[in-house]
Amino acid sequence: MSKKTLIPVGPYHPLQEEPELFKLYCDGEIVKDIKWETGYNHRSIEKLSESKTYEQVFFLVERICGICSTSHPFAFANAVEEIVGVEITNRAKYIRSIIAELERIHSHLLWVGLAGHFLGYNTVFMWAWKYREPILDLFEMITGNRNSYAMFRVGGVRRDIENSKIQTIQKILSECRKKNDLLTGAVMDDPVIHARTKGVGILTKQDVLDYCAVGPTARASGVAIDIRKDDPYAAYPLVNWKVITAEAGDVFAKAEVRLLEMYESFSIIEQCLEGLKKEKEGDITVRITEIPEGVGHGRAEAPRGEVFHFVVSDGSNSPARHKIRAPSYVNIATFRKSCIGQTIADATITLAAVDPCYCCTERMASVYDMSSGERIMNANELINLSSSKTSELKKQMDRK
Amino acid sequence: MDVRQVIENFEKSFMADIIETVRKNEKRMIITIKPEAILRIAHYLYKTAGLRFIIASGLHTRRGFEIHYHFSKDDIGLILNLHVILDKDKPEIESLSNMFSASNWIEREMHELFGINFLNHPEQEKLLSEGNWAEGVYPYRKEFK
Repeated sequence: MSKKTLIPVGPYHPLQEEPELFKLYCDGEIVKDIKWETGYNHRSIEKLSESKTYEQVFFLVERICGICSTSHPFAFANAVEEIVGVEITNRAKYIRSIIAELERIHSHLLWVGLAGHFLGYNTVFMWAWKYREPILDLFEMITGNRNSYAMFRVGGVRRDIENSKIQTIQKILSECRKKNDLLTGAVMDDPVIHARTKGVGILTKQDVLDYCAVGPTARASGVAIDIRKDDPYAAYPLVNWKVITAEAGDVFAKAEVRLLEMYESFSIIEQCLEGLKKEKEGDITVRITEIPEGVGHGRAEAPRGEVFHFVVSDGSNSPARHKIRAPSYVNIATFRKSCIGQTIADATITLAAVDPCYCCTERMASVYDMSSGERIMNANELINLSSSKTSELKKQMDRK
Repeated sequence: MDVRQVIENFEKSFMADIIETVRKNEKRMIITIKPEAILRIAHYLYKTAGLRFIIASGLHTRRGFEIHYHFSKDDIGLILNLHVILDKDKPEIESLSNMFSASNWIEREMHELFGINFLNHPEQEKLLSEGNWAEGVYPYRKEFK
């Protein structure tokens, strides 16, 4: 039997800087097997939720994820509103969709930037994060916060978007869209990025169905599932947009889906802003006095895919059971398919390609030789390994 | 296949295994089934009717341990819950992980948090608290008076 080297990526993920551990079992440079360990930062949010009132749970679930912090309150609101059987006002629907789509844009930009960094393209990283900044400023203007917006409540939203602000928002968005053109062009036409990401970390349609993967991970493999279309909620049935898919299933396809999806988000926001003008200002919430006994299923399409909340109510003011499934829970499991057979340098970007979301903390990664126990590589060296492969490709292309 | 057809076919095929059907609206259904029929029914939903497995939710109630298996029919926006009620003292049910990989982690999680045993699971190891939690203590179990 050939000697396999164990490469532990974690317990703090060196790329996303979040706590979990991937054990890559490698033979030479090729990944032969992968195992996953989590729970380093298990916060028991489902259990905590049972001790909070429905209004408080919004603030709790908002803190599950720092990047897509609206997707969980969105799904939770949908679940509770299903139990109550209430229809929210159109103005609240538009505001909810605007917040969710702005979040999708900033989350995708963040991912594009990080992906560029892992490939050794720090220019892409700096551009993407620079262009993301005006979106965060918009959030501050609309909600008062750059992140964790506290906009959602049962029956509507907490804050209105005044009609007087709409013109300014439109102006900022049109600037962002122009910058996005630049970035998309730079990423989609770069031959080195093509060489590093095309045919890398392929997930077939069958793998997606088997692992029940969701979001851009599924759409990049030609499975057109999008909760906004399939089980419409908020303002999505009121506006025109299309689901973006790609067929290849590789890292490039995942990037392509995210980049093009941002344009759909821009278009949705613009239509929602037009919609807001027709609705009465301040009509943002429906009064709810009681949550009856029953169960509710809430779904929302987060930037990473379907967020699912299952709420059981016993008629009291707290959930009796609250089950949460974030999209990464099903997407991360696909690494077993996409990473095995890849080189370690490609595994770096493949692991990042599903945009996994844990929770942000430190970074640490070391490579150990299993037979001697000696440390041979750390996190920076792992990123350098990926960067150097890109530089090598660049040099080769320059020579041509 | 529209919602009605899916449900009609389902009920026709598994009439003897269905205990109760609750239809909240066009897009939400909860079907309580006998636990021993889970493999047959999940196979029908996943392979024949083309439903996607979303996740499963474990519950500890006065009736015992309950699991809601959430399935989604994406083209019609339907969520179908397969609901099973397991024995209070010896909660166990067949694992679905040999049919689709998506249930692998959630079954391990339910085993760890509720102490539900999944028969024939390919690797029923701990998912969240490996090495830092006492054996035989299940944090999501409740104490009913």
